[in-house]
Parts: sequence; structure tokens; C-alpha cells
Amino acid sequence: MNESKLKQLDWLLLPLIGFAIVLALWAVSSVTWATNLPSPVKTWESSKVYILEPFAKRGEMDQGILRFTWYSLILVAKGYVLALVIGTPIGFFLGLSKAFTKTFDPIIQILRPVSPLAWLPLGLVLFLSAGKEAGTLGALFTIAICSMWPTVLNTAVGVRSIPQDYLNVAKVLKLSRTKTLFKVLIPATLPYMFTGFRLSLGIAWLVIVAAEMLTGRPGVGGFLWQEYNSLIYEHIILSIVTIGVVGFVLDRLMSVVERRFKTI
Amino acid sequence: MSFLELNNVSKSFGGHAVLKDVNLSIAKGEFVAIVGFSGAGKTTLMSIIAGLLKPDTGTVKLEGREMGGPGPDRGLVFQNYSLLTWLTVFENVKLAVDQVFPEKSETERAAHATEFIEMVNLAPARDKRPSELSGGMRQRVSVARTLAMQPKVLLCDEPLSALDALTRANLQDEIARIRTLHNQTVVLITNDPDEGIYLADRIIPLTAGPGATLGPSFTVDIPHPRDRKALNHDPHFKQIRRDVIDFLLGSKGARHATVSKKLVLPDLEPEDLSGRAPLIGGRRTAIRRSEIKRETVEVDS
Repeated sequence: MNESKLKQLDWLLLPLIGFAIVLALWAVSSVTWATNLPSPVKTWESSKVYILEPFAKRGEMDQGILRFTWYSLILVAKGYVLALVIGTPIGFFLGLSKAFTKTFDPIIQILRPVSPLAWLPLGLVLFLSAGKEAGTLGALFTIAICSMWPTVLNTAVGVRSIPQDYLNVAKVLKLSRTKTLFKVLIPATLPYMFTGFRLSLGIAWLVIVAAEMLTGRPGVGGFLWQEYNSLIYEHIILSIVTIGVVGFVLDRLMSVVERRFKTI
Repeated sequence: MSFLELNNVSKSFGGHAVLKDVNLSIAKGEFVAIVGFSGAGKTTLMSIIAGLLKPDTGTVKLEGREMGGPGPDRGLVFQNYSLLTWLTVFENVKLAVDQVFPEKSETERAAHATEFIEMVNLAPARDKRPSELSGGMRQRVSVARTLAMQPKVLLCDEPLSALDALTRANLQDEIARIRTLHNQTVVLITNDPDEGIYLADRIIPLTAGPGATLGPSFTVDIPHPRDRKALNHDPHFKQIRRDVIDFLLGSKGARHATVSKKLVLPDLEPEDLSGRAPLIGGRRTAIRRSEIKRETVEVDS
């Protein structure tokens, strides 16, 4: 094979080399200093059934990996939609009103860095009266409140950076407030909003794992925690890989959507 | 009675007077060009006429009525086109038409928008987005959008200043053509005296800021349509151009330019050689800090 052909395969070859290096390090570690770490081969042997029968249901906490992923995704979708529905208007208010910004920006800046692990107990307490549903509602609350901030802040930045010219056009045309919002403000902010949406989705996926771990719901995170307690360490690695791959795919999908709106 | 009238309009931003006692009176169907230096307050003046800015003092009257806010009766062509980038050419024009003629039917409005797109020769680009158009084409869309509102006055704020010379000449001809077609009242703001004289019936220089005001108006007594080539040799054209430029330069020279500069005086105190030189840093530190003074020099131009 000549050199130019090799260059063309860069995109495939180099990542494969990267994976190979990490696998080798993992294999070496599992026999040298971290003897509790299952080796790659052992992990595959033990996880095979979850991957090859991805939708099987053998018990509440013993299901195919894609079935677990599906449960997690549904919960994430709900919490994420909640975050967008609440976060986008807040972002608009922040962008449009100086008074609103001065009133609420400090609170947002304080709440923003709080970890999902800290919100979850509060969420459970809030929905304590819901009984059996408390876990789900608490998880939703946590996902929504943690993943909201990028949407809020990016929308606010987007609204603030709308060129004065667009607003002048709206003024000269005497567009009503609602028309200005739908014909000018929202379209002009969309690219920023989608950047926020993408970041929010990433956070929502991060949070789901923590939420499932603590509430013990079936899902990738719940599965991970249960297998840790049952001392089946191979499945921890399976879960980590799954979480990573799903997160990556979600991010790619969102950036495709985002780019679609950027070109406008 | 004049059609558009400005009386003693003044505007300042943060204590800096930008416009001072601007008086302007324009008849119906007249084309007036206002020419001035960049930064003199041309755009401020235009924003005040358009109603986007409120003057500190003075009034803007259209057909004898005092104007409050902005409105479609004073169509503004923006310097940087200000097209909504997510809408096509047609949708941009249609948005304006929908807004100004809500009483017309949908088909009538679509036809109206199409008519004005055709007038600026953009029919083939009807369904393109602004990002797919050249600068000259974008400005045409902007002109079409503004004209489609059928404004009483067309306000052009340096509409051609971002374009290359050839496109510029083309669009100038187009503006002249459209203007005669509709007998449109136009106020054009420009930094190019030639452009102003070529297009307008009357050209008025805006003095250099701060506190800019309008100078005497020069009537351009050359019949329309004008021939660009012949104009260059027309003695009347040359005379007006000389007068306008002289006035503009004169208004700038009337002020003294000042140069302010920080002066670092040399440190004349002798160094102390008796002590031992520090190991690190080498040079002995000065005993007295250099005096820093500020000096302002006035320059006559």
C-alpha cells in the first residue's frame, strides 16, 4: 500500500490504534497491579449475553443492555424536555430584561455548579408524598434542574447578541410584541439555543447515571450500581462503555441538528 | 409647506453633543443628499428622522404632523442591509408587505412583494437566502423591502458604502431610475459628494462633529436622467463639488486639532555609586522616580 492510500485511511486506522493501546494497558493492568480489574477477555465473556441479546428481559435487574439504555433514555428525554421548556423562557427573560438579570443572575450562578448528587435527595424529599413514584419524580427534577443551565445561559447570550439592526427592522415595521418574538427574536437566537440544547443533553445524560444509582431504578446506571454490589465487576465496565457510547451518539446527533440551524 | 421638516434638532450622547440645531426642510418628491465625514453624526441624524432615536430638543414633522416613534411611512434602507438571514428574499419583502398592508388579501400581498422584487431585478433570486447573495444583491433586497412598504419618504443611510465601485455605480443608477418611477421623496446620507450630486436635487453638507449641523444647501441644477460620463465634465457639477468639499474641509479646519501626549522627563538625579550594586537586577535603582507630565499642543490646520 502506498503512502497516500494510508493517509486516506487515517480516520479509521489512528482511532483503532488508540483503542488498541487502551485495551493493552487495561489487559496489562488487570494482570499486574489491579488484580481485581477483570481482563478484557473476561469482561467480554461475561458481558456477551447482555450485548448479543440486547433486548432480553430475564428479571428486573437482569436485562439486555439496550433495554436498560432504553429505560434510561426515556427518563432522560422527559427530564430534558422539562429542562428545555423551563430553561428557554428563563433564558429569554434574562436576555431581554436587565432588571430580571440583576434579580435572578446571582441565584442562577449559585445554583448552577451544584452537583446532581446534591439535588437528588432534595428531589426525593420534594416528592415524598408521591409514594412509589417519588424516585422517578425526584430523578426527573434532578435531571431538569441540572441540565437546564446551559440552555438558560446560551439562550440569554443569544438574545443579547441579536444585532440592533434586526430590532430596528422590527421597530420600523412596527411588528407587535408577539410577532417580534416569533419572527425576529426566536429565529435570531436559534443557533445559540441549539448550542445550549446540545450541552444540556450532555449534562442530562451525565445526571441519569447518578440518579439511577441512588434510586435503584432499572437502567444503565442502576444496573452498574447493582452489579457493583453483586461483585460482578465485568458489568461495571460494560455499563461504562455503554454510557460513553450512548453519550457520544447523542452528542453527534445534536451537533448534526445544531449545524442544520447554524447555516441559516 | 414642506413635506418633511426638522426644527432645531439637537442630540447628545453622554454629554457629548453630536447634533446641534439641525434644520431641514424637504419638499414632496424632492431628492436630498446629506454628505459628511464619517463619525460626524450622519447615522444619528437618520435615526432621528426614522424615529429610532428621540432628539433631545427640536421636532421632526412629516406632512405637518409631529412624529413620535418609527413607522413604515418613513422607509429606512440600512447601511448593512439588515435582512433577516433565516428568510428568503421573498419572505423578507413579504414580511414588510404583510405588516404594512394587512387589509389586502394574501394573493394581493404576494403579488405586491413579487412586483417590488422584480423592480430591483431580483426575480431569479426570489427564493434564495441572503447568505447566498452578493453584497449588491442584498442591498437591492433591502431597497425592495423598503419600497414595498410604499413609504412617504425613503431614507437611505449610506446604502452603498459597503459595496465595490462598479456595483455601487450600478445601484446608483437603479436608485435614480426607481426614484423617477415613483416620484419618491428621498433623503440619502452618504460620505461621497459625487454620489450625492449625481443623484440628488439638492446636496447639503453636514459639518464635522462634535455638535454637527447642516451647512448651506446646494441645488443641483442638472436635469434627470443624468449622464455619468458627461457629468464629469459639466462645469456646474464641478462647481458644486468644489463648493461642497471646500465647505466640508473648511468646517473641519475651523476647529483646532489638539494633540495630547504623555511626556517622560529624563531623570537627572545622579546615580548613587557609593553603595554596592545588587547582585540581581544589576543596575542601581533610581533614587527619584521620573516625572511624568501631560502636555497638550494645539495645532492649526
